[in-house]
Amino acid sequence: MLAYTIKRLFMMIPTFIGITLISFIVIHLAPGDPTNMVTDLNPQASQSAKKRLTELYGLDKPIHIQYLNWLKNLVTLDLGRSMAPDRRPVIDKIKERLPVTLTLNLCSIFIIICISLPLGLWAAVRAGGWFDRFSTVGVFIFFAAPSFWLALLAMWLFGVNLGWLPISGLKSLNYDSLSFFDRLIDLSKHLVMPVIISSLGGLAGLSRYLRSNMLEIIRQDFLTTARAKGLSERLVIWKHALRNALIPVITILGLSVPGLVGGSVIMESIFAIPGLGQLFYAAVMGRDYPLVMGGLVMGAFLTLIGNFLADLGYALADPRVRDETFR
Amino acid sequence: MFQSFLTKLIANKPAFIGALIVLAMFIISWLAPVLSPHDPSAISVAQRLRPPGTQGHLLGTDSLGRDILSRMIWGSRVSLKVGFVAVGLSTLIGLILGALSGYHGGLVDAAIMRFCDLMLCFPSMFLILAVIAILEPSIWNVMAVIGLTSWMGVARLVRAEILSLKNRDFALAAKVLGASDLRIICRHLLPNAMGPILVTATLGVAGAILTESSLSFLGLGVQPPTPTWGSILSEGKNYLHRAWWLSLYPGLAILITVLSYNLLGEGLREALSPHSNRRY
Repeated sequence: MLAYTIKRLFMMIPTFIGITLISFIVIHLAPGDPTNMVTDLNPQASQSAKKRLTELYGLDKPIHIQYLNWLKNLVTLDLGRSMAPDRRPVIDKIKERLPVTLTLNLCSIFIIICISLPLGLWAAVRAGGWFDRFSTVGVFIFFAAPSFWLALLAMWLFGVNLGWLPISGLKSLNYDSLSFFDRLIDLSKHLVMPVIISSLGGLAGLSRYLRSNMLEIIRQDFLTTARAKGLSERLVIWKHALRNALIPVITILGLSVPGLVGGSVIMESIFAIPGLGQLFYAAVMGRDYPLVMGGLVMGAFLTLIGNFLADLGYALADPRVRDETFR
Repeated sequence: MFQSFLTKLIANKPAFIGALIVLAMFIISWLAPVLSPHDPSAISVAQRLRPPGTQGHLLGTDSLGRDILSRMIWGSRVSLKVGFVAVGLSTLIGLILGALSGYHGGLVDAAIMRFCDLMLCFPSMFLILAVIAILEPSIWNVMAVIGLTSWMGVARLVRAEILSLKNRDFALAAKVLGASDLRIICRHLLPNAMGPILVTATLGVAGAILTESSLSFLGLGVQPPTPTWGSILSEGKNYLHRAWWLSLYPGLAILITVLSYNLLGEGLREALSPHSNRRY
């Protein structure tokens, strides 16, 4: 298992370099000079000030040198400085936002697992029954509904009309004066809507996948054998079939990471949550190139980590995968 | 063969309904000038934020007094256009890269597939927003960016199909007869992969429509005054307290459209699969 982990870790390095290369190329597609953004707003900026700025960001060097310099700085976690008026290092801005987005997405993944597993399994075991039909309709609807629309409807219903839940931010104004327990309640009240709504799409996809996967397995010979040797139906389904149906779920969860991270741009800007997605959105709106590049690399890095963890989980669950490394 | 496919598709009720709605959407967007009761950009200060059903505004008006129903009817044009052009582009890229990769194998295959893996690592929303930030947001850029970031599924699919077909007897026979690589790929191999590609493309239209509406919602998609479903919703967010209709109807339109393409896509998959004998 250790050998597999190490091998898998090393495999991430070329992928990560590829990610940085693509991010770099994307940002340098930009027509014109990124420093224009800073100087255009200030009519007094002289030609020499502009030149200084260009030199400061290293934009006067050939593009491959720029890339190598940027990559060299990346190793020391230096992603450059934001072009926003505060000029703070990009890495600091990302660092303070990352925990919020991670919390949000981990909560979403937790909800996806907790709801889609029973939903998909029950639908498969009782395929064709009323529960299956009902959940299939629900799954198709939630899969097609735009998350930002569901967010608006939920905000209108629970926030504006019923007044049960706050519709923006992470904390109430009086957060600092609350006791620890009240703070927890306050935070979870703010998180309920964003977390549930951002998990709906993945939930629908995973339960649909689990249903069809389970249906496939139920038809297979080894289950007929299990029945033939006299095992109870309960044992056949919940032990022999379930174990095999659950293994690919790990991969699907890993694959859902980019969707969740990307979706956090929309969720966080709707609910005004100060996370990575909102930071990235603001960077895009303000043409803050160093920050956009940092966000792009960070988003891809999170996906890479997600895939890595999914592969490890898969190897833990399925000995055939990890043993293959030694063959 | 085609007839049995058609019978299967019609017998699949959800897919058939999906196909009907897709067709209806085409007709609505084609007849938008005739169907919409008002000019979609006619501003009327006296008629601001009217609730649904007032004085000929069936679905109400927005903050500038523009008729929501008319804006939604015109908005369907944008959704349809973006959906089809973006998917056309991504399918074309996927076809070319997938065919090259599967047919030539070796280094070409390795390079294209690694590139494919890399593209899949990026949360597509991040990549799309970054490119939109650099280029100006406009309908053409939105189409291009969605197309350029969603070809990976098609490429993998085409590669797998070509790999499984290229050593079959009919392909080898064509090669022995002296057919060029291009001819073997286009005339002998790709037609066999058309079914799965069609399914992926149909589901892709749904995805592209969703992405376009999210971009317009964020203000980075098709720019005003062009009416789009996403931009009406974006305004709805600002008037959540006073005008719920701005937030309800355009989203419903997106939901129904995306759902129809998904149902149609799933129906196509079932109808094209030789093993399927599911009852409906």
